[in-house]
Amino acid sequence: MSEKKEYKVIGTRPIRHDGVDKVTGRAIYGADFQITGLLHGRVLRSPHAHARIVSIDTSRAEAHPGVKGVVTAQDLPAAEDKMADLGEGPVNLKYLCDNILASDKALYKGHAIAAVAATNPHIAEEACELIDVEYEVLPPVLEVRQAMEPDAPILHEHLTTSSLGDTEDKPTNIASHLQHKKGDIEKGFADAEVVIERDFVTGTVHQGYIEPHNATAHYNQDGQLTVWCSTQGAFTVREQLAEILQYPVSKIKVVPLEIGGGFGGKINVYIKPVAALLAKKTGKPVKVLMNRADVFEGTGPTPASYITIKIGAKKDGKITAAQTSLAFEAGAYPGSPVGAGAMCVFAPYNIENVLIDGYDVVLNKPKSAPYRAPGATNAAFGTETVVDELAETLNIDPLEIRLMNGAKEGDRRPDGPVYPRIGFIETLEAAKEHPHYTSSNGKKYHGRGIASGFWFNIGLESSVTINVNPDGTVNLVEGSTDIGGTRASIAMQAAEVLGIPAESVNPAVVDTNSIGYTAVTGGSRTTYATGYAAYEAAQDVVKQMKVRAAKLWEVDEDNVQFADGEFSSINGKEEQMSFRDLSGKLSQTGGPVVGRATMDPAGAGGAFATHVVDVEVDVETGKVEILRYTATQDAGKAIHPSYVEGQIQGGVVQGIGWALNEEYIYNDEGEMTNASFLDYRMPTCLDLPMIDTVIVEVPNPGHPYGVRGVGEVPIVPPPAAIANAIYDAIGIRMTELPMSPDRLLKALGKI
Amino acid sequence: MVRKSHIQTTINDEAVEFLCEPRQSLLEVLRDELHLTGAKEGCNNGNCGACSVILDGRLVNSCLVLGVETEGKSVETIEGLAEPDKLHPIQDAFLENAALQCGICTPGFIMSAKALLDNNPNPTEHEIRYWLAGNLCRCTGYDKIVRAVLDAAAAT
Ligand code: FES
Ligand code: FES
Repeated sequence: MSEKKEYKVIGTRPIRHDGVDKVTGRAIYGADFQITGLLHGRVLRSPHAHARIVSIDTSRAEAHPGVKGVVTAQDLPAAEDKMADLGEGPVNLKYLCDNILASDKALYKGHAIAAVAATNPHIAEEACELIDVEYEVLPPVLEVRQAMEPDAPILHEHLTTSSLGDTEDKPTNIASHLQHKKGDIEKGFADAEVVIERDFVTGTVHQGYIEPHNATAHYNQDGQLTVWCSTQGAFTVREQLAEILQYPVSKIKVVPLEIGGGFGGKINVYIKPVAALLAKKTGKPVKVLMNRADVFEGTGPTPASYITIKIGAKKDGKITAAQTSLAFEAGAYPGSPVGAGAMCVFAPYNIENVLIDGYDVVLNKPKSAPYRAPGATNAAFGTETVVDELAETLNIDPLEIRLMNGAKEGDRRPDGPVYPRIGFIETLEAAKEHPHYTSSNGKKYHGRGIASGFWFNIGLESSVTINVNPDGTVNLVEGSTDIGGTRASIAMQAAEVLGIPAESVNPAVVDTNSIGYTAVTGGSRTTYATGYAAYEAAQDVVKQMKVRAAKLWEVDEDNVQFADGEFSSINGKEEQMSFRDLSGKLSQTGGPVVGRATMDPAGAGGAFATHVVDVEVDVETGKVEILRYTATQDAGKAIHPSYVEGQIQGGVVQGIGWALNEEYIYNDEGEMTNASFLDYRMPTCLDLPMIDTVIVEVPNPGHPYGVRGVGEVPIVPPPAAIANAIYDAIGIRMTELPMSPDRLLKALGKI
Repeated sequence: MVRKSHIQTTINDEAVEFLCEPRQSLLEVLRDELHLTGAKEGCNNGNCGACSVILDGRLVNSCLVLGVETEGKSVETIEGLAEPDKLHPIQDAFLENAALQCGICTPGFIMSAKALLDNNPNPTEHEIRYWLAGNLCRCTGYDKIVRAVLDAAAAT
C-alpha cells in the first residue's frame, strides 16, 4: 500500500506547532495556572507503610490562621465495593477512592490521609502538621515472594485470589492468577536438546516525569466543576472524578494544560479529586501541587517483579518450548501490568509450546501505575537474557537465533492474536547490517549485548474536527494531550490529505466540553488513532469542498476530483482550483466547512525493536559505562522522523536508568529512603553517549499511512541488552535489576 | 502572618519591586508573585535544574535562592531571552533539533546552555554534557539537546 508512495508532508521535519511557546516559557503547564481567589492545598500523607487509622482529628488544623478547609475520606461519597469501567478496564471503586484518601487503613508510606486548603502553600503545609492522626501500626510486606507466603501480613481482609475464573475464599495478597497456554509444554521440553531456566528480579522504578502532579479545581455556584490540570487524558480524568465524587460527567469540565511528561503515570488521578473536595468545602478555587517526595511516595511506580523463564531448543537453535511465571507487585491495590507482561513475554518468537502464568500481588508500596510498555520491560529482561544464554550455549550468533525464531505475519502470539504484517525480522536485519554490529569490540572489560522487545500498542477512541479558514489554512481540534510532539504528527496527517503545508494546520488540544471523547495519550496510540481521525476528518473536508466546487462550476459533484491540493473537474468542463482558493469561496457557496471524524481503530499493529549496546565495566568500582548504543525499530511509517527518533532515544535512556541505577530503596519499616532526584538516580547527559536510531518502515496495514505506535517499545530491550553486554565483558550473568555498582561488585566477589 | 520584605531588583533588564516572605524562594517569587512561570519546579531541592535562571551572570537553581537575596541584583529568566521578533539562537536550535518533547525541562536547559555559551562559546560535546549534567530531562535521552547546544554554539 503506502510503501512506495511519495508524500509531501509525511516524513518531513517541520517545527512543531507548540514549539515557540515551549522554548519561550510561555506555554502554560498545570502548575502555572492562575485564577483569582486561588487557595493552595496540601496533602497529609501516612508516615507508616501499613497501619490502621484509629482516628483523625482536624480541629487544630482548622483553627490555624489562614486555613480555609480540611478534608478527609469522610468527605468522599461512601464508596461501595463495586467495579467501575474507566476506559482502562474495570476498577474497584472502593480501592480507587481509598487510594485518593485512605478511609480505614494506610497501605503505604505516602498514602494520602487528609488535605488542607489555605491562603498560601506554606500555611497549608504547617496546618498538615496540626492534624492529629492515631495509627495502629501493622507489619508491612515489601517483596512479592514474601507477600505471596501464606503467613504474610494481609493488606485487604476481603481480597481473595481470582484464579482462572474461580475465586478462592481465604484472604490473600494474590489478587489474581492468569494463564496462557499454547501447544503441549511437556512435549516441547521433551523435544528440546538444551533447556535453560533462570530466575530474575527487577526493582521498583518510577516514571520520573520532571513535572510533579498538579490540579486546580473550582465549583461554580451552579454546581459546575472545572478542573485544570496536566494529564495524559482529560476524559479519563472526567470519568474518574465522576466515579469518585459520584457526580455527573455533564457537570464536570476538565481542561488539560500542557503536561510535563507522563509515561503512563499521569492517567490515574491522585490529587485532582482532593482539589475538587477542597474547592467544594471552601467555595474557592484550590490548587494542589505535589512535591517530588510526594511523587515518589504517593504515585505509581512500576512494579518490581520476580520472574522465572525456562526455554528449550534444538541444537540448531530452534526453540521448542518456553515457560514463565511472572509475579508482579501491584502495590497497595490490585492492578499491576502483569497481564500486559504476559502478552509480551514471548511475543517476539514463534514458539509452538508455551505456558505463561501471571500473578498480581498486593503489598505495602504505592499502587502501581503504567510505565511505558508496562510489564514488557520486566518480562523481556528475563526472556532476552535466556535467549542470549541459549545462543551462547549453542554457539550461535545472538541475532541469528532471533532471526531463526522471530515472529512473522501469520504467526500466533501465545495469548491468542495472529500477527498481521509486522517488522520484527526487519529490525534484526537492520541491526545486523549496522556498522555498530559489524565493528570490532575486543577490549578487556568491554562487552556487547543485544536484545529485542515487543509492545502491542493500542487503538481506542479519538475525535477530531477541522475548521477551514478563508485563507486556505485549517484549525484542527483534538482531545489528545501533547506530551511529545503529537500536535505536529496529527496535524501533518491532515495536511497530507489536504495538500497543504504542515504549518497551515493549527492544532489545538481542547477541554472535555469542546471535542468528542478521546482516550488517553498512552499505549502509543496518539499518532496512530488521533492521527487516523485527523486523516478521516480531512477526508470529510475534501468531500464537502468537492460539493462546493461542483456548485461553483455547475457540474455534478462526482465530476470533481481532488489531488495534490487541487480540485479539478473531469468530464467536459476544464476547471481547476487550489484548496486555498476554494477555501476563500466558502461563504459564497453555502457557508463554513467543518470536517469531523471519530475513530476506534482496531489495527494498532505491534511494535518491535532490536538494540545493540557496548559497555565497559569498571571492575574496581562496579560502574557500567554505556559506550555506544544503537536502536532499530519498526515505526510502520514515521510521520515526523525527528520525534520518532526522540521517542526511541528517550525510551532507551529510561531503559538504561532502569538497568543500571534506578530503584526504590526501602528500610525494614517500609519507608522509601531515596525519595529525591539526588538519591533516586536517573541518567543525566553526562552518563550517556549519543543514542543512534534506525527507523525501519514496515507499514501497518491498519492505518492509511502505515503508522505504528512508537513511544513505548524502545524502553523494553535496554536492561536485557545491557545485561548481555555485561556478560560479554566480564562473564557474569546479572539477573537482578538494577545492575548497580554494589550488585556488580557482589557478583564480582569484591564485596 | 509573616511580615513581608520589600525587594528591589532587576529582572530581564527591567527594574522590578516585589513583596515576599523571607521563606519564599526566588522560584516561588518568580512564579507566584511575578507570574513569570517559565522557570519550572521539578524537585524544589536543587536536583533537576528545571528552575534554572541566571543571577548576576551566574547560573543558579532558583529554588535554592531566596527571593530576598535578589535585592539589588540582576536576574535573567527564560522570558527575557527572545527579542520581540526573533528567538534567541539557542531557542531556534532547540526547535530545529526537536530537542524537546514535553518541554517542561526546556526553559531550564536553555538558560543553562546560555550560561555555558556566555562563558565558553565553543564547547566540546563533553563540555556540554558536563555542564548540563545538573539539568534532568526524562523525555529526550539528551541526544537532541546536546546537538541543539552544539548547533547554537556554531551559529553564534
Ligand atoms: S526545581 Fe530547582 S533544581 Fe529542581
Ligand atoms: S522534554 Fe520532557 S523532561 Fe525534557
